[in-house]
Amino acid sequence: MMTATPSHAQRSVEPMISVIGLHKSFGEKNVLNGIDFEVMRGESVVLVGGSGAGKSVFIKHLIGLLQPDDGHVVVDGIDLTVAPPEAVLELRKKFGMSFQEGALFDSMTVGGNIAFPIRRHTTKSPAEVTERVRACLELVRLPGIEDKMPSELSGGMRRRVGFARAIALEPQILLFDEPTTGLDPINTAAIGRVINQLRAELDVTVVTITHDMSLANRVADRIAMIRRGRILVVDTPDKFPKNRDPFVRGFLEGELPEALEDQP
Amino acid sequence: MVEAAARPAGIVGWLDHFGSLIVRGLDDLGRFFYIMASSVMWTFRRPFDGAELMRQMVRVGWDSIPVVFLTCLFTGMVLALQTYRGFERFHAEGFVGSVVALSLTRELAPVLTGLMVAGRVGSAMAAELGTMRVTEQIDALYAMATEPIHYLVVPRVNASILMLPILTLVGDAVGIIGGWLISVGLFGANSYLYIERTFQFLEINDITSGLIKAAFFGLTLSVTGCAKGFYTSGGAEGVGRSTTSAVVTACLYILLSDFFLTKILF
Repeated sequence: MMTATPSHAQRSVEPMISVIGLHKSFGEKNVLNGIDFEVMRGESVVLVGGSGAGKSVFIKHLIGLLQPDDGHVVVDGIDLTVAPPEAVLELRKKFGMSFQEGALFDSMTVGGNIAFPIRRHTTKSPAEVTERVRACLELVRLPGIEDKMPSELSGGMRRRVGFARAIALEPQILLFDEPTTGLDPINTAAIGRVINQLRAELDVTVVTITHDMSLANRVADRIAMIRRGRILVVDTPDKFPKNRDPFVRGFLEGELPEALEDQP
Repeated sequence: MVEAAARPAGIVGWLDHFGSLIVRGLDDLGRFFYIMASSVMWTFRRPFDGAELMRQMVRVGWDSIPVVFLTCLFTGMVLALQTYRGFERFHAEGFVGSVVALSLTRELAPVLTGLMVAGRVGSAMAAELGTMRVTEQIDALYAMATEPIHYLVVPRVNASILMLPILTLVGDAVGIIGGWLISVGLFGANSYLYIERTFQFLEINDITSGLIKAAFFGLTLSVTGCAKGFYTSGGAEGVGRSTTSAVVTACLYILLSDFFLTKILF
């Protein structure tokens, strides 16, 4: 089976996602303090950062799950912050998002979960839906588990079923929210392989947020470090570890000088 | 939500507390009307999910029959017991049937059905949607270009509006039978006369106004349950809080609106 290695050649110069001056606060807490960032078409970007750095809040802005206090998010030429709700709903069909714990509907089987967006948004016949579900499960290397309930699956399997559901509508952009948190190294590696395989076979733009550097190195074209609601450093996986910024060094080495520690 | 660490003392503290209660109440009411208006708006949009509506109708209607049956049977029985003893004092026992039928159709069957279903179904809606919220399943719906109000709230609200009047009709019938059982079986009233008196003063308007009330209670309890669930935060504890609050708020709304509906409808 072919496994893709991330390559810069796949990147186009045209941005798929542009984030301009993004600000977001919850009450008194400023979470995003002016993020400017671009993701090119076909590129895989990994955002790393500590807990509470604003990664999850950032990724939720990309798909319009949160509205910014200030700034713009432009996806494929459409500004999510000013577009009418119908246009945003329509634009979301271009996205596939995988959530931290999978966020599978626990009232449905695995097959029902993956079929959900297909039934909702296409006019495919039941046979075609079944076939698509089978193909999606094959892509995430979990064939034949259509009839299982989410509660019967392990954490790693749930995430992968979440991936399968995210790709069901053949999206152009895939978002992964902490895909390996709480998984053992073997499952983490498997998730990395699955993400690369999805990239190779679907030709998608991928944004992943994680604090797992091994996953970042495995799947990224570029790694961006986010801290206190700002992008601190953006670099390629080979140059990122050589960065001299004290916070990046601390993050990579797992030991942060006291002066740089964020308040939890 | 961040609680103030130290609340100012005296009159300021009291005003602070009172003000925050009002803000919270208005917040609740705002969410209630927002969810209600959105669910009305989304009801008429495609795709129409008939299967989900059916599933909810079974949960709200069919599965609630036993509890409504028992509640209204015993209410009819106790109503006959009480009125018979009271009316006996001025020799008006003959009118027990009329009183039981009028009280049940106009007031007791719709209100008790509303309260029982609020406890059974409204709480379940809050718990289910609340769990979906805290486990990001609602975000997942958004991410799959599906409006959660459309997929989750609309079938629940519509099923409740449709099923509450049917449950109330069942309650009307069962309650009247309960009253008959006590009057005829226990006090030896004439069965034929009791049945005749039951329907003698009963007008169609008594029944329909009860059913209109019931439909309104269905709307109230389902919107409250869904709104509480939809805006849940704070993990498992938050789900528990939403569930309790859904039942209390729905019961309160039902009893308050009952007064105004009665004033308008009769």
